[in-house]
Amino acid sequence: MSGLVSFFRRLEGPQTVGRGPAFWSLFAVVMMIALAYPLFSDGYTVGNTVYFFVWVFIALSLCLIWGYGGSLSFGQTAFFGIAGYGYGILTLNFGSAYGFTLVALVAAVAIAAFFAALLGYFMFFGRIAGVFLGIVTLAVTLMLERFMAQTAGPEWHIGSARLNGFNGMSAMPPLTIPWPGEPIVLFADVGLYYFVLGLLVFVYLALRILMNSSFGNVIVAIRENPERAEMLGYDVRKYQLITFVIGAALAGISGVLYTAWGQYITPSSMGMTAAALPLIWVAVGGRSDLTSTVVGTLVVLAAFQALTIYGSQYALVFMGVLLVLTVLIAPNGLVLGTMNWLGRLAARLSQRAG
Amino acid sequence: MSLLELRKLNKHFGGLHVTNAVDLTLEAGEIHCLIGPNGAGKSTLFRLILGEHHPGSGDVLFAGENITALKSFARIRRGLSVKFQVPGVFKGLSVRQNLEIALQSRHRGRELEAEIDRLLVFLGLESEQAQSAGNLSHGQKQWLEIGMAISLKPSLLLLDEPTAGMSPEETHLTGEMVQRLNAGGMTVLAIEHDMAFVRQVAQRVTVLHLGQVFAQGSIDEIVADERVAAIYLGQAHA
Ligand SMILES: Nc1ncnc2c1ncn2[C@@H]1O[C@H](COP(=O)(O)OP(=O)(O)OP(=O)(O)O)[C@@H](O)[C@H]1O
Ligand SMILES: [Mg+2]
Repeated sequence: MSGLVSFFRRLEGPQTVGRGPAFWSLFAVVMMIALAYPLFSDGYTVGNTVYFFVWVFIALSLCLIWGYGGSLSFGQTAFFGIAGYGYGILTLNFGSAYGFTLVALVAAVAIAAFFAALLGYFMFFGRIAGVFLGIVTLAVTLMLERFMAQTAGPEWHIGSARLNGFNGMSAMPPLTIPWPGEPIVLFADVGLYYFVLGLLVFVYLALRILMNSSFGNVIVAIRENPERAEMLGYDVRKYQLITFVIGAALAGISGVLYTAWGQYITPSSMGMTAAALPLIWVAVGGRSDLTSTVVGTLVVLAAFQALTIYGSQYALVFMGVLLVLTVLIAPNGLVLGTMNWLGRLAARLSQRAG
Repeated sequence: MSLLELRKLNKHFGGLHVTNAVDLTLEAGEIHCLIGPNGAGKSTLFRLILGEHHPGSGDVLFAGENITALKSFARIRRGLSVKFQVPGVFKGLSVRQNLEIALQSRHRGRELEAEIDRLLVFLGLESEQAQSAGNLSHGQKQWLEIGMAISLKPSLLLLDEPTAGMSPEETHLTGEMVQRLNAGGMTVLAIEHDMAFVRQVAQRVTVLHLGQVFAQGSIDEIVADERVAAIYLGQAHA
């Protein structure tokens, strides 16, 4: 019992909104609905929901690096693309037997993280910060997009995997869990839904623990005042690099899941529009809070898709309007603003009652 | 043994010679005040000691070790700590969290909480602990940053104008706190314009003028020095 209490305590702290029995009860209800939801829905809709979930990881990566760490990375899609292509290349070469797709998932994410470690070392130890960090990361993702777009010729292949230039790679196997008798293939419906949901909950809780730990304290301290953080004896560059690598791994998870979900990946997933969208989800939700980021991303994605039915131009205009409204009304994010308002309201009510 | 030794420290900002062959030695256990007119190069000297600026030439020795090439965080870990001229608290975080970040590398769990509580009482900031540090008054921010600086239990504490924005009573309290810390073994180097504070705490005083060590001695010697009076008067006329 006391173990459970101390576990919940580690999930809570000044870096995350939501605490106490009320919040965790609500969390449990949402989890129950999420678990039961495929029973009351059709495969297509469930698959579509998975698609939304897939993007939450890259949103969380931005939440971590930008919202908590204060470094605006414009190029999280670079890691998304590297991991996505990595998964495609590995699985097209080695297939899906013996649980290899899961190995490919881990390996592809590791490749993205390794690439981020190299890039991050160059940036943070070269003291590139602020707007320059945004420019460098954006340049990297656009460069990767351009590079992959010109790999149409047959000479561009890695093993038996053709890169296919602008059209991208396709027909890689979905994630497959080895099982005695028949392996479980996670097609983009109920199977993948539970896998991604589980991963999402795990990542969300792990990040809550991380951000409320002493490591998280240092990360927000660096956002607030890097000089002061250094003058408390923290090696600021090291903390920034670690955060950047974790963020890249999260973006990489999105990339792999996206590739496995649709069984394709194209260079445009690293292009300008793709790079800008996660920034909007995170800014609208509330970049400095994990829960706000998750909720904001899912709501904005769902709204975007609903509007696309009437034409994608409306949807893009809607995104623009949403961003402007956020900046004007709740610069820290609409979801975060609402949650803080609810928190204050609850506090006032309980004060009056007590 | 001397705790801090600056040897011929030179720093240029473009054509401006901000510190000019500065030699300064601090004995372990003393309270030393650094005074001088505005723009004399006092804060720059702190940044050279801390490794935020690197000298064009010269060396910084701390506890017998040449630390001139070390990064700031590594110098801090060797026992230096600073309160800057412009308080550098974490504005968006609560007062309590500010102290937690300063204390967490030395304490954990319950002990950490107890240590934060103790420091909050010491600083007189208990009732402000849940507030954002950015909402504090200027004087309170100074106190908070001093609290963060002493959390590291440094062997050398650097204070850049610790009493700016404080009332005479608060200034006196700050002086008493510095003396208490010193009695506990902490060496202190303080930049200060408030002569009442200097008189209260300083065991030795160094006057910096136009980037050079202009005079050094006890507070009485410095006050009696007509050349020192002249540079301050000169500034008052300017
Ligand atoms: N980063 C910098 N770049 C260029 N010039 C600087 C820089 N920092 C300080 N200076 C200049 O160096 C000189 C010394 O500045 P410094 O801040 O060290 O003075 P100070 O003695 O602390 O003055 P004060 O009592 O006003 O705080 C000033 O003329 C200042 O304008
Ligand atoms: Mg100064």
